[in-house]
Amino acid sequence: MASEEMEQLVRREYKDGFVTDIESDTLPPGLDENTIAFISKKKGEPEWMLEWRLDAYRQWLKMEEPSWAHLNYPPINYQEISYYSAPKRPEDRPQSLDEVDPKLLETYEKLGIPLHERAALAGVAVDAVFDSVSVATTFKKELAEAGVIFCSISEAIRDYPDLIKQYLGTVVPVADNYFAALNSAVFTDGSFVFVPEGVKCPMELSTYFRINAANTGQFERTLVICEDRAQVSYLEGCTAPMRDENQLHAAVVELVALDDAYIKYSTVQNWYPGDEEGKGGIYNFVTKRGDCRGERSRISWTQVETGSAITWKYPSCMLRGKDSIGEFYSVAVTNGRQQADTGTKMIHIGEGTRSYIVAKGISAGKSDQSYRGLVKIGPRAKGARNFTQCDSLLIGDKCGAHTFPYQEIGNSTATIEHEATTSKIGEDQLFYCQSRGISEEDAVSMIVNGFCKDVFQELPMEFAVEAEALLNVTLEGAVG
Amino acid sequence: MLQVNDLHVTVEGKEILKGLTLTINAGEVHAIMGPNGAGKSTLSAVIAGKDGYEVTQGSITFEGQDVLEMEIEERAQAGLLLGFQYPVEIPGVKNIYLLKSALNAQRVARGEGEMPAPEFMKLVKEKLGFMKMDASFLQRAVNEGFSGGEKKRNEILQMLVLQPKLAMLDEIDSGLDIDAMKVVADGVNSLRAEERAILLVTHYQRLLDYIVPDKVHVLVDGRIVKTGDAELAKELEANGYEGIEESVA
Repeated sequence: MASEEMEQLVRREYKDGFVTDIESDTLPPGLDENTIAFISKKKGEPEWMLEWRLDAYRQWLKMEEPSWAHLNYPPINYQEISYYSAPKRPEDRPQSLDEVDPKLLETYEKLGIPLHERAALAGVAVDAVFDSVSVATTFKKELAEAGVIFCSISEAIRDYPDLIKQYLGTVVPVADNYFAALNSAVFTDGSFVFVPEGVKCPMELSTYFRINAANTGQFERTLVICEDRAQVSYLEGCTAPMRDENQLHAAVVELVALDDAYIKYSTVQNWYPGDEEGKGGIYNFVTKRGDCRGERSRISWTQVETGSAITWKYPSCMLRGKDSIGEFYSVAVTNGRQQADTGTKMIHIGEGTRSYIVAKGISAGKSDQSYRGLVKIGPRAKGARNFTQCDSLLIGDKCGAHTFPYQEIGNSTATIEHEATTSKIGEDQLFYCQSRGISEEDAVSMIVNGFCKDVFQELPMEFAVEAEALLNVTLEGAVG
Repeated sequence: MLQVNDLHVTVEGKEILKGLTLTINAGEVHAIMGPNGAGKSTLSAVIAGKDGYEVTQGSITFEGQDVLEMEIEERAQAGLLLGFQYPVEIPGVKNIYLLKSALNAQRVARGEGEMPAPEFMKLVKEKLGFMKMDASFLQRAVNEGFSGGEKKRNEILQMLVLQPKLAMLDEIDSGLDIDAMKVVADGVNSLRAEERAILLVTHYQRLLDYIVPDKVHVLVDGRIVKTGDAELAKELEANGYEGIEESVA
């Protein structure tokens, strides 16, 4: 069947009306325009939003899944995925920590996650919830007083349609890439942050988020906007291991920084990496992009990637505004059978733009990891500067590390520096630490944390400590 | 305290130590001297547990324990500590963090519990002062960008903080100017105690003017061929190792 016919058929089905039962909680597997209409209706979205989604879906149908990444996984059948399921009802969740997998609790313990948060993270229905509700209410009040909007993307679509229309899809267009198009069609969760002119967000939007982290979804959509001279620090994710029955995750994050605005976006990703053979692990295909639209604006990405079976992720910055700054600090750890292809893109468009990339990759076990970075200097980016430092650390001799740097320089006044190292965790370093009485496991963690220090110091304080602990847990048993 | 008996060690199939016997008692300072390639550094590396050294014959016991059966860190926890000729750099790991981790790992292994932070800081500052090192050393990454002399001082600083029962120092004098050597020697001398032994491995007699040993052993071709007191070192300085080799042959 020609794609045009297919499209017509699809459209016709849609025009036949919304046949799906809106009362049901979970959609059966499958994706067509009805699915999208169902999601949109379920979320109480206006008509224009549905059109937006359908437009994305129709473009997605014409696209092909990218195959250029250094990743190896069986083909994904998009018709076998269920695209909507309501959150579990309280009575279906564990009623207390006693019902939670002790192994999970042990990991929380090792990570040093506060007691009162463990229950919430494990999805326990009862007491933890009060806690988080009251805390969240306090936060909301404080944010409202400052004029900061922080809500779910669905609420934002209903309550702030003008802002959504103005910004959604302007950084990552609906048909930007295969996974972004899919996300645009079917996203169900995510956050919206709006910091008005001149406001410095009074708190890091992390504490709040952590408590709600258990609701993190399969197709998240996040939009963060900082108006002139506004500032925000946002942390997504969680150091606690996150399990999810949905194997495919395709999130989109868009950041917009206007004149003199500063957005700091930190991610700690610890999705289930699968068993020792990599079975059952999450596939994480993420599109993250920041738009430094204003002069002297600054966007900083910091990420600690330890989970997922497959990671495909390149947080990027479009440096449009004169003298704007893009930063990317990344630690990616792979162990077992994990595969990660990650890096960044810095697109210098405006004059005097600067970018700074520090990427640290740690491979252990039989994992495979690639850094892929693009630095592009446009013809008008007079005096643009980039510094890239890209270090790989190998633990053991069955893992792999690859670096794919791309540079496209369209202006002769640009300055580009690239430093790359690959090292094996030194036998000499291990021996030195052990001969001081430190156990091999502690020595590995000390050396690895030292290797990551430049990135960890970019994380908000409380998370830096947890990130270190997370690294240790991830690399447990990696040596010896 | 330490008994090395008929020790044979091969490295990559080549026999380096060929029946070395050595006894060190508490309170003594021993120096092992010898020409390059005689196996001096091999001895301390094997005692500390470095990989790649195969013991084919003989034994090492430390306070009655079979050292060869112990993990590297267990040897350190038991009080055996090696000061390196070429200490490695560990980027991103602060010197103070290594010191604290090492001290606490040893204390915990001995059942003493971790040292409270204020007490630890007081101890470290005192020892830093003794080694004429600036407090900024503590905040720098382990050995990263340290000059040769700074690295050696740092090794001694660790000894002063960790207070081993047997301190083994591998060519601690190499690459030091005379002032740095004096500081290092003062550090080592301050470690001298009735309950502690020190094993110096050195190529030159020069160090032994500052740290006067109780016993000097001459190591040639994998064996100790001669043992004497501090005078023996001076003899070596005057006549070289060739004289010894000839007299043995």
